Amino acid sequence: MFPDKAVAEGLGQAAQLAEVQGRSLWKDARIRFFRNKAAVVALYMLVAICIFAFFGGWAAQHERDAIDFALSGPNAYKGVPSFATGHYFGTDADGRDLFARTVQGTRISLLVGIVGALIAVIVGTLYGAISGYFGGRTDGAMMRTVDILMSVPYMFVLILLLVIFGKSILMLFVGIGLISWLDMARIARGQTLTIKNKEFVEAAVAIGVRPMTIILRHIVPNLAGIVVVYSTLLIPGMIITESFISFLGLGVQEPNTSLGALISRGASQMQYGVIWQLAFPLFFFIVTLFAFFFVGDGLRDALDPKDR
Amino acid sequence: MFSYIIRRLAVAVPTILILIVMSFMLMFAAPGGPFNSERPLSPTVMANIEARYGLDQPYWKQMFDYTVNVVTRFDFGPSFQYRDRTVNDVIAQGFPVTLKYGFWSFVVAVVFGLGLGVVAAIRHNTWLDYLAVGISIGAQVLPNFVMAPILVLVFTLWLGWLPGGGWNGGQWQYVILPVIALSTSYMASIARIMRSSMLEVMNAGFIRTARAKGLPMHRVIWKHAMKPALLPVLSYLGPAFVSMVTGSVVIDVYFSTGGIGQFFVNSAFSRDYSVIMGITILVGVLTILFNLVVDLLYAWIDPKIRY
Repeated sequence: MFPDKAVAEGLGQAAQLAEVQGRSLWKDARIRFFRNKAAVVALYMLVAICIFAFFGGWAAQHERDAIDFALSGPNAYKGVPSFATGHYFGTDADGRDLFARTVQGTRISLLVGIVGALIAVIVGTLYGAISGYFGGRTDGAMMRTVDILMSVPYMFVLILLLVIFGKSILMLFVGIGLISWLDMARIARGQTLTIKNKEFVEAAVAIGVRPMTIILRHIVPNLAGIVVVYSTLLIPGMIITESFISFLGLGVQEPNTSLGALISRGASQMQYGVIWQLAFPLFFFIVTLFAFFFVGDGLRDALDPKDR
Repeated sequence: MFSYIIRRLAVAVPTILILIVMSFMLMFAAPGGPFNSERPLSPTVMANIEARYGLDQPYWKQMFDYTVNVVTRFDFGPSFQYRDRTVNDVIAQGFPVTLKYGFWSFVVAVVFGLGLGVVAAIRHNTWLDYLAVGISIGAQVLPNFVMAPILVLVFTLWLGWLPGGGWNGGQWQYVILPVIALSTSYMASIARIMRSSMLEVMNAGFIRTARAKGLPMHRVIWKHAMKPALLPVLSYLGPAFVSMVTGSVVIDVYFSTGGIGQFFVNSAFSRDYSVIMGITILVGVLTILFNLVVDLLYAWIDPKIRY
C-alpha cells in the first residue's frame, strides 16, 4: 500500500527538480569565480603558500635561529642549497637555515597582511557606513577627516612612529592600521549612499529600528561583496608596506624575520654570488602577491554587480 | 572656478597645520632626546645646549615658534645631529637629487603607462593587448624595493653596463637604474587604468559617431577618446606621486643617491628629530599641493564636475 523507500526518494527528487532552482547571490558568485581559470589556480597557489608558511617548519631540518659557523660568511661555495645537508634553500650570511627562515618570513608577512586588512575592514566599513548613513554634517565632518588623513605622507609618519616608539611588530600593526582603513571607509560610504535609499532600509526605519541596528543588520551585510573584493586586494598592499618597512630595517626585528627583511639581506649579499639568498624569499614574495592579486581580480569579476 | 580654488585651499591650509602640530607632538612623546648619550653631559652643558636649540622653553611655545618659523620663513630650524647645518641645508642638498630622478620616474611612468594602456585598448584581444596586460600584471608585483636589487643584479653584476649606486652629480648612467626601479609599478598601474577606461570610452556612442562620419582612427583617438579616457588616470596621479616620493626612500638607501630619503632614514636611526620633521612636513606640503593641482586639472577637464 505504501510506496517503498526508493520510490519515495525518487518522488522527492522529482519534486525537487520540478521546483525552480533558485540561486543565491553568493552561489552565483561562487560559480562565476570557479569558471575563472586564473583565479582558481591562484587560489590553489595561495592554499599551497599557506600550508608552506604554517606547516613548512616541520619539514625543516634545522632551527631557524641555529647558526652554523662553518657555513657563515659570504662564500658562494659554502651553504649552497642542497638536500644532502638539509639546507633545502641554503643558508644565509650568518649560516642560518634559509628554508626555516623563509617559512617564518612568509608566515609573518601573511599575518601582517591579513591582520592589517582585517583592521582596515572592520574600522573602515563601520566608519564609512556610519558616515554614509547619517549623511549631512556628520558625513561632511567624517569625510573631511578622512581627506585630511589621506594627505598625510603616511609612510614617513609610519617610520616616525617606529623610530619614536620602538621597532616592534605591534607598532607596525598600529601604524599600518592607522592608515589602511581610509580607502575602505570611502568605498563603504559610497556603497552605503546607494543602499540607504532602498525599500528594506525604509521599511526598517518605518517600524522604528534604531539607526545603529539598521547599520549593523541591514547596511553592513549588504556591503559584504565589495568589502570582500577590496580586502583581498588590500592584503597584498599590506604585505608590500610591511616588506618596504622591513627592507629599510625598521620593521620586523631579529631573530624574527619577514619576506621584506629576507629580501633586504639577500640583496645586500648578492654580489658575493650567493644568489639563492635573494632568489628564494623573492620567489615566495612574488608568488604570494600574484596569488592575492588574481584571487582578488576573480572575486571582483564574480561579485561586481556592474558586470551582470 | 575661483571659489572652488579658494575652498580647496581652505582645506589644504588646516591640513598642513595639523600635519605640523601632529609631528611635533609625536616628537615630544618620544622617550629620550637627541643629546642623551652614553656619557651624561654636565648639567651646565646640557642647559646651554637646550638653550641653543630652544628646548628649555615650554613646549607650547616651542611648537608655536616652530610653526611660525616654518610658515613664515620656511625655516625648519637647526639639525640636532649635524651641529653645523640647519635642516634647510640638508633639504637643499638632498631635495634636488630626489626631484631629478623623481621627475624622470614620473615622466617615464606616465608616458609608457599611457602608451601601453592605449595600445592595449586599441588592439583589444590581440597579442599586443596580451603583452601589455602581461607586462602590467608582472610589474604590479615588483615594487621598487624588489626592482632595485634585481636591476643591480642584472645590469651591474651580470652585464656590467651601469653603475649600481652613487649619484656623481646626476650623470645619466647613474640616473637610469633609480628611475626604472621607481617607475615600474606605477607604469603598470597607469597602463591598467588607462586600458580599462580607454576600452570603456571606445565603446561609447560619440566614438561610434566619430568613426561613422569617417574620421581617421588617429584623429578619433587623439581628439575624442583621449580626454575622457584620461580622467581616471588623472585621479590616480595624485596618490601615485605621493607614493613615488615615499618610494624614493628605498631608492636613496639602496642606490646611495643622496636624496632626502637617505637623510630621512639616517636621521630616523640617529633620532635627529628636526630633520625627520622637516622632511615629513615638506613631503606633506608637496602631497597636498599636488593633490590640489590634480583636483583643479580634473575640474578643468571634466565639465560634469560642479565646483
